[in-house]
Amino acid sequence: MTDYIVETIKAGILETLAMTFFSSVFSYLFGLPLGILLYATSKGRIMENKPVNFVLGLIVNIGRSLPFLILLVLLIPFTRFVTGSSIGTTASIVPLTIGAIPIVARMVESSLSEVQPGIIEAAVSMGASPIYVILRFVLPEATPSLLLGAAINIATILGYSAMAGVIGGGGLGAIALQYGYYRYQKDVLWTTVTILVIMVMLIQSAGNRIAVKVRK
Amino acid sequence: MATVFRLENVTKVYKNDGKEFSALKGIDLDIEEGSVFGIIGMSGAGKSTLVRTLNRLEDVTSGSVKFYDQDLAELSPSQLRKIRRQIAMIFQSFNLLGQRTVLSNVMQPLKIAGIKGKEAKEKALEMLEIVGLADKKNQFPSRLSGGQRQRVAIARALASDPKVLLCDEATSALDPRMTGEILDLLKEINRTRKLTIVIITHEMSVIEKICDKVAIIDDGNLAETGDVKEIFRSPKSQAAKKLVFPSNPYDPSQPDSRLIRVAFDGLAASRPFIAELVEKTGRKVNILSANTKSVGGIGYGQMVLELPGSADDQGVIIDFFTGNGLSISEVER
Repeated sequence: MTDYIVETIKAGILETLAMTFFSSVFSYLFGLPLGILLYATSKGRIMENKPVNFVLGLIVNIGRSLPFLILLVLLIPFTRFVTGSSIGTTASIVPLTIGAIPIVARMVESSLSEVQPGIIEAAVSMGASPIYVILRFVLPEATPSLLLGAAINIATILGYSAMAGVIGGGGLGAIALQYGYYRYQKDVLWTTVTILVIMVMLIQSAGNRIAVKVRK
Repeated sequence: MATVFRLENVTKVYKNDGKEFSALKGIDLDIEEGSVFGIIGMSGAGKSTLVRTLNRLEDVTSGSVKFYDQDLAELSPSQLRKIRRQIAMIFQSFNLLGQRTVLSNVMQPLKIAGIKGKEAKEKALEMLEIVGLADKKNQFPSRLSGGQRQRVAIARALASDPKVLLCDEATSALDPRMTGEILDLLKEINRTRKLTIVIITHEMSVIEKICDKVAIIDDGNLAETGDVKEIFRSPKSQAAKKLVFPSNPYDPSQPDSRLIRVAFDGLAASRPFIAELVEKTGRKVNILSANTKSVGGIGYGQMVLELPGSADDQGVIIDFFTGNGLSISEVER
């Protein structure tokens, strides 16, 4: 591999990390409240609301069933509107975030559903309001599970970020595609793939470790 | 004595997939201030539903539940939340926050009531002193035994200075020794803090140990209610009899002989009645079963006797017992 490729891969690692980081942060910014709403409004829960739950559930399911590659293309006008461009690292963050929000929301909903109903009953019997119950009882109890879910989500976003290379996103995915695939540079292909695998493994094991440490 | 809870014709119907199920079928009940009130029944009898109507965790289908003359059904959500702070509750599964320390758990009701950091902390520590777990304040519940967890739950329940403590099968997950400790603690709290306690249980031993009054719930109905001692002496309903006299397989010498149950309490429990019977009347009886237990600190005993065949002998024996103030009931087999 030439020095140029090595430098490109180095830059690609940083781009991938940046895309993954910002997309994760933004997708949780929207996905966490959405997941909480999905949980709280579902049947038998503390703020049960059938219409709201149905509409949110529908949106999330549609979002999740769209193949990410299709979403990338569909979102090009929106991405251009938000970031001023539809190619490059910054632009990739938009479709990555939108694609990850429904996944994050379902993951959050599932983590919150694991909290023992007795905890909620105890909180209500103490005179806590529904909002208080969710913020001070359900969320803290679900923290270890939320962290495990976050590790899975971040690894998924990292994988998706590689796909963004197809439509001109940056990062390791784009390098693997352009040099490794289109130019038949097998060594570049395998190097980038190996780096991606290592990054996913690091994220997952860090998530597991933190979750174990937090769980009391 | 003021009435803490007054239930009038309370019914609860659950609807599930178009099917209706009546959990409570018209319960009338008064719970007096300062008492330890037991509600006992078999599982599925409706007692857990009943206790949840007392803090409106369950809405009643008809009838009314009044807490100090205030109908709970009429309260707005925010009024209800305020009232709930006066009605603390502990549970079979403790329901502590696993991700929070003991101290933080006990502080929860105080924070809900809007009490700030330092004051809440001091109050929570005071509560932990009462239940004898101040040294565990920085532990997490997962490190504590079942009995200790229930103590933390009790401390948490007491923190908001409630008027009533509802206990939903609070000792059912504990071994007998821990059950005893928790019941002693509850009795002590009842005495020292003048706290009304409502205990839901399926175990007669819990009622015997600390309750003053008891209500027996059977299939959604109130089978019988009254003083615990009175119900032990002479249970009237079938449900009460079943709980007070567990069905022992008696083994009489004659297949058709007459069996009676003699119940005695207090001082009577310490007299050697059977010996006196033999000395004074010369008649003999066959003891099929006998036990004594302490109900609210008073010795209470019962004995199942097989009587001799002649009606004359039976009359003399029964006269002897009733003449000594003991209550007699026939035992069917």
